[in-house]
Amino acid sequence: MKNLKKSSKDHLITYGILLLVYIVAEILIKTGNMSSLMQGILVPVCVYSLVAIGLNLCVGYLGELSLGHAGFMCVGAFCGAYTTKMLQGTINNEILLFTIALVVGVIMAALFGFLVGIPVLRLKGDYLAIVTLAFGEIIKNIINVLYIAKCSDGMKVAITDGGAIEVDEAIGEMWLVNGAKGINRIPHLSNFTIGMILIFVALFVVFHLVDSRSGRAIMAIRDNRIAAESVGINITKYKMMAFVISAAIAGAGGVLYAHNLSTLTATPTNFGYNMSIMILVFVVLGGMGSFRGSIIAATILTILPEGLRGLADYRMLIYSVLLISMMLFNWAPAAVNWKKKVMASINNKTSKKGQVE
Amino acid sequence: MAMLEVKDLKVNYGLIQAIKGISFELNEGEIVALIGANGAGKTTILNTVSGVIPSSAGSIVFEGKDITKISGHKIVSMGMAHIPEGRRVFANLSVYENLKMGAYTRKDKAEIEATLKQVYEYFPRLEERKNQPAGTLSGGEQQMLAMGRALMSKPKLILMDEPSMGLSPLLVKEVFSIIKYCHEIGISILLVEQNAKMALGIADRAYVLETGNITLSGKADAMLENDEVKKAYLGV
Ligand SMILES: Nc1ncnc2c1ncn2[C@@H]1O[C@H](COP(=O)(O)OP(=O)(O)OP(=O)(O)O)[C@@H](O)[C@H]1O
Ligand SMILES: [Mg+2]
Repeated sequence: MKNLKKSSKDHLITYGILLLVYIVAEILIKTGNMSSLMQGILVPVCVYSLVAIGLNLCVGYLGELSLGHAGFMCVGAFCGAYTTKMLQGTINNEILLFTIALVVGVIMAALFGFLVGIPVLRLKGDYLAIVTLAFGEIIKNIINVLYIAKCSDGMKVAITDGGAIEVDEAIGEMWLVNGAKGINRIPHLSNFTIGMILIFVALFVVFHLVDSRSGRAIMAIRDNRIAAESVGINITKYKMMAFVISAAIAGAGGVLYAHNLSTLTATPTNFGYNMSIMILVFVVLGGMGSFRGSIIAATILTILPEGLRGLADYRMLIYSVLLISMMLFNWAPAAVNWKKKVMASINNKTSKKGQVE
Repeated sequence: MAMLEVKDLKVNYGLIQAIKGISFELNEGEIVALIGANGAGKTTILNTVSGVIPSSAGSIVFEGKDITKISGHKIVSMGMAHIPEGRRVFANLSVYENLKMGAYTRKDKAEIEATLKQVYEYFPRLEERKNQPAGTLSGGEQQMLAMGRALMSKPKLILMDEPSMGLSPLLVKEVFSIIKYCHEIGISILLVEQNAKMALGIADRAYVLETGNITLSGKADAMLENDEVKKAYLGV
């Protein structure tokens, strides 16, 4: 333990906490001690954690504000679900089917990240926030007027005019994307285990990135653009790298989200501006640059409103009190000092143990 | 042939022309000072030479290669380092990490360690504070860090933008002795300074810049005696 760098030790703690949570949750489920309401919320928690990890890379490490990560999530969700519907008859192995859908969803989200990034990341200033905001709204509206059907005489695509395509389900024809009705009858391939695996993989990717040479370049750009350029860092390249990876992880969250529903539609509540802001709230409350914090914030703030449903009127009140207390816990000097002390004593104990052994 | 040759350089910010067609050169081993009042365009020239901002006309040739259209991050690996105006350090990275970033374009790992040792020798204070976040260093220490970081790229030419800005007289002396040292170990220097007296004292040659034009050039010690320069920049 002693030879490990401080950051890798921190990463191990994060992996450890996650594993522990996973095991405890599984035991609770297996022993019948978890309510079905809670069980239903596990996958959404994983989804929001993933998107928050992605957004934190963009906001916390790259230092660029994105207000459209729900848009990348949306791209991942629809491309993933579409792929699954296309291959459903040909591939029967569920894991394989989900993996292919995941790869397609992630690649497409990354591609859209790249396309949005080309014009915007060359600019200085807050253009990214504006453009991603617009992107999130546009992508949602496009999907709402997109019609794709698998018919006996091949694929049919229409924009806005869904009536032009006739689908006779009796002869095996089907809608793949049915405008505002979205994608129907998606096989339920997501589960808590897959969600946790995705979070582990996402963490593995972002931890490796931020500890690498490229990661240092990304942080240098955040700290001081001109100085970064003056030491020979290709600003556009590294901004693009961080942003595309960030979008890709949000896309993975989308794929997980889509396969947890039977009907996927693009509405203002699930992929709109509000969702992007909510994810941003997770990131800010969890602490910029702290992936562990993002997961914790996403978890608490997703579980809590559900758990408080019984309290009806007081729900939003408690929610806001909680938001404020989390903010204080993260940023108030007294709380920060206390956390430092706790971390220091933990570190001392572990290193002492190392000496004894 | 000169190490750095700038010909008819023009730079625009939108519709405003900040540099109106200037030419100057720097020979290998020289310290060349660029002096001028606030807003004359000194920072603009350095930023253009190092590729941080594009020029609108003219040419910049470094060691025989035309670098006018080459982007900033590639110019660093050709041997030109730029210490930007206003102590631009990576505030959230440690002193050590800042210095390592200076060697970003270098591939020779073993030699980077040697350079780091050297930099710590010039700036013992940086070694004492190597784990401290650079943003918490004092102004003078940040300036030293910026200089140390530039040395980490093993440059042949350093562009320095007002290294003495905001420093106490004692620190100004220290900074200038480091500039002298860089010169002694064979690095050429293009120096922009408000402190014209110190700059002319250390430089071989100098150019005077006024609102985007070069109005005077020559040997630095001759400039110290020039009446116009005395009046305008030396406050005599
Ligand atoms: N980004 C910019 N946009 C528009 N005008 C600019 C910009 N940067 C500089 N300028 C203008 O260009 C002119 C030259 O500025 P520059 O920073 O090069 O001056 P300087 O000689 O370095 O001054 P100082 O000694 O105060 O640092 C000034 O009139 C300034 O207002
Ligand atoms: Mg200046």
